[in-house]
Amino acid sequence: MKARIKITLKSGVLDPQGKAIQNALGALGFEGVNDVRQGKYIEVDVAGMSEEKARAEVERMCRDLLANTVIENYSYELAP
Amino acid sequence: MLRASVIVFPGSNCDRDVKTALEAITGFPVKMVWHGDATVPASDLIVLPGGFSYGDYLRCGAMAAHSPIMRDVIEKAGKGTPVLGICNGFQILCESGLLPGVLMRNRSLHFICRDVHLKIENDTSFFTKCYRKGEVIRVPIAHAEGNYFADAETLDRLEGEGQVVFRYSDAEGNVSPETSPNGAQRNIAGITDSKGRILGMMPHPERLYEKMLGGTDGRRVFESALLSAVEAMS
Repeated sequence: MKARIKITLKSGVLDPQGKAIQNALGALGFEGVNDVRQGKYIEVDVAGMSEEKARAEVERMCRDLLANTVIENYSYELAP
Repeated sequence: MLRASVIVFPGSNCDRDVKTALEAITGFPVKMVWHGDATVPASDLIVLPGGFSYGDYLRCGAMAAHSPIMRDVIEKAGKGTPVLGICNGFQILCESGLLPGVLMRNRSLHFICRDVHLKIENDTSFFTKCYRKGEVIRVPIAHAEGNYFADAETLDRLEGEGQVVFRYSDAEGNVSPETSPNGAQRNIAGITDSKGRILGMMPHPERLYEKMLGGTDGRRVFESALLSAVEAMS
């Protein structure tokens, strides 16, 4: 089972990397780019457990290590 | 007597510098403790040094915060052992929950390595009692992630309790967004826990502790620790 985890910066947290990407897009001639926010995508392969258990484990992984909840939100989906 | 231990993580690179500074200033030998060990030897001071622990993977300090030795550091800190985190050490203190907030990417996105001015905001803590409140000192920074962030409520609490000890300023002590090299909220360069015994700071006091290095303004962080430890014993 694969957990596909997305980690994004909370709204209101300044994202200088997102701003730099936005500026680069502007420099390349892309118009109408209002805002860019960047984040992380992490795939975790878990085996030998029920979906319910996997969900609980991934939740704990996100809270304890993968995301820093002071500045980041996380979301995930489980796929077979 | 000051029994100090410096924790060495894979990727630490200021561990020897801080050992040298501590030994020169206090006159007592410093123990180096590997991150994979289970316990820190009995210490009057634990130092988390600067560097790039675990290659800054995931987030700066995130992996180190979960290394085996940190369980014991957190336990000993809870029982009152003073802890000093410099640069990457500050990031580790935040990631391990010993200090609030987080160090984010610099506003400019660049790695910044230069001397900065710091205004002393608290001269009573374990690590700052040899400074004078309002004094301006010069100490180098060397980081890409030193942009301190916490929510407004946490920042107000830190300010209210006197836990903000160093603030980025100009040479005259003026504090403004322009005098912050990295975009840190309220120009915060160093904070302590509520008891003033755990200090996290982005600047490197161990890099300016004697004249031969170009200045001595960082020296009093270690002199303060020595004085505080001796006072506690007598």
